[in-house]
Amino acid sequence: MKTEWLIFFTKRAFQDMNSNRFLHIVTIITISLSILIVSAFGLFFTNINDIMVSWKKGVKIMAYLNKDVEKIQLPELKQKILSLYGVSAVRFIPKEDALEELKQQMKRQMALFENLKENPLPDVFEIQMIPSTQNWGKVEILAAQVEMFPQVAGVEYGQRWLGRVTGIFNLFKFAGTAMCLVFFMASVFIVANTIRLLFFSRREEFEIMRLVGATDGFIKAPFYIEGILQGILGGVTGILILFVIYVIITSNVDPGISSGFFVMRFLPISISMGIVCCSMFAGWLGCYLSLKQFLKY
Amino acid sequence: MTPNTEESAIIRIFHVHKRFGKKNALTDITLDVEQNDLLLVSGPSGAGKSTLLKLLYLGEALTEGQILIDGMNLSRIAANRIPVVRRQFGIIFQDYKLIQTKTVYENIALVLEVKGEKTRFIQKKVSSVLRTVGMEERINSFPPSLSGGEQQRIAVARAVVGDPKIILADEPTGSLDSESASVIMDLLMGVHARGATVIIATHDKEIIRDTKGKVIYLKDGLMMEPPMIEPLIEKKKTITL
Repeated sequence: MKTEWLIFFTKRAFQDMNSNRFLHIVTIITISLSILIVSAFGLFFTNINDIMVSWKKGVKIMAYLNKDVEKIQLPELKQKILSLYGVSAVRFIPKEDALEELKQQMKRQMALFENLKENPLPDVFEIQMIPSTQNWGKVEILAAQVEMFPQVAGVEYGQRWLGRVTGIFNLFKFAGTAMCLVFFMASVFIVANTIRLLFFSRREEFEIMRLVGATDGFIKAPFYIEGILQGILGGVTGILILFVIYVIITSNVDPGISSGFFVMRFLPISISMGIVCCSMFAGWLGCYLSLKQFLKY
Repeated sequence: MTPNTEESAIIRIFHVHKRFGKKNALTDITLDVEQNDLLLVSGPSGAGKSTLLKLLYLGEALTEGQILIDGMNLSRIAANRIPVVRRQFGIIFQDYKLIQTKTVYENIALVLEVKGEKTRFIQKKVSSVLRTVGMEERINSFPPSLSGGEQQRIAVARAVVGDPKIILADEPTGSLDSESASVIMDLLMGVHARGATVIIATHDKEIIRDTKGKVIYLKDGLMMEPPMIEPLIEKKKTITL
């Protein structure tokens, strides 16, 4: 399309939008609400994902040793564990140190330890994984390999529950994606409906335009521009509303809550742009679906 | 305009039939229209005058036969070429068909805009035709604020602004008082004098009597000899008596 045509059609699109202000504003508000909900999901998942990543970084495998393991066997066992795929570091924690640490943590329940005749805790190897191998499948394989050593009584990868949480998170992610699709479709139909209403209200005008030699493209082009503009404006408005809500929430949340393991952040610019592009596409698609049934000679 | 095979014919209609369901709107119409002809298509209401004009500007598809416009066979025109064909015509309707939400300028400019003309050229051209039809002062008015006669003058301006070779006027004076009708007919005669081929569908006997053009007469979709129209002076006498 020539630049002159583009300028001409854009001018006409703005004129049309101005003369049907109310309908266009209602459409843009409705799209922006859909985008607000979709981007709120995006914001939620972005931050939950950050939390999961930070939790996963802290995953360690604890290998509890049998009581009859001789101290002399420990360096060899440590070496064997270190040679396993995905292990970055192994630290031996003697049962005495473990008991001391437990006492430090449970100072108020010190009476519990007073009657202990012997140390009930086993010696432990704390196994640190290479970050790139930290997915749940690999953690489980490594844990099973460690458990195979005869000196090892059992293993615990402390946040075993995290696997279940990840499962639930993935389920939410799937549901969220499905909802985003639903809202996308809703935006498409809202735009399609607006364009259809506008088209019907102006069908005599288009009939006259066709009689004086206007092509379908000449009649349709401003509608496409209107649809795309509605999508962009709705998308940007939705993201801006979410940003305002985000700023209000983050400025009222106690920083101590999140500072421990993650920092809450807004949608990355790439995702925000992606959402606006999707909204723009929804505008175009709504227009296309609405107009393809009209203007047939 | 009689059936012939003249090479100078700008419109050639061969054995054209048009049916709406089982009703024959036009039956076996054959005629040639020469360049710069002034053709009056007369006949009573429902005779097929408007249908014949619609076939020319592809407002309706013909059922049988062929129509050639300036050598172009309308039966073989692809749908996407229809706008290009229509740009060769200036069309005037009884109900004016002006866009009510657009100004006089915008209504006329539309014809040039669809052709992709430059804004400056459009401005000059629109001002010029508005001067010709005596409506330059109403350039920013909207059609609802104009009288019927004024709206039809705008319609004439719109029809001629693109300098078409052929002007089709479907009952152009049908909704107007005699004074306004006379102005519109003068404008159409002016357009014809400047070289355009003008086809007017009308059932107005006074126009047929007063216009020096060729006449075809349609009745029930058939083309036949025009009936005798009594001279105006006789009619006046009758009224006086």
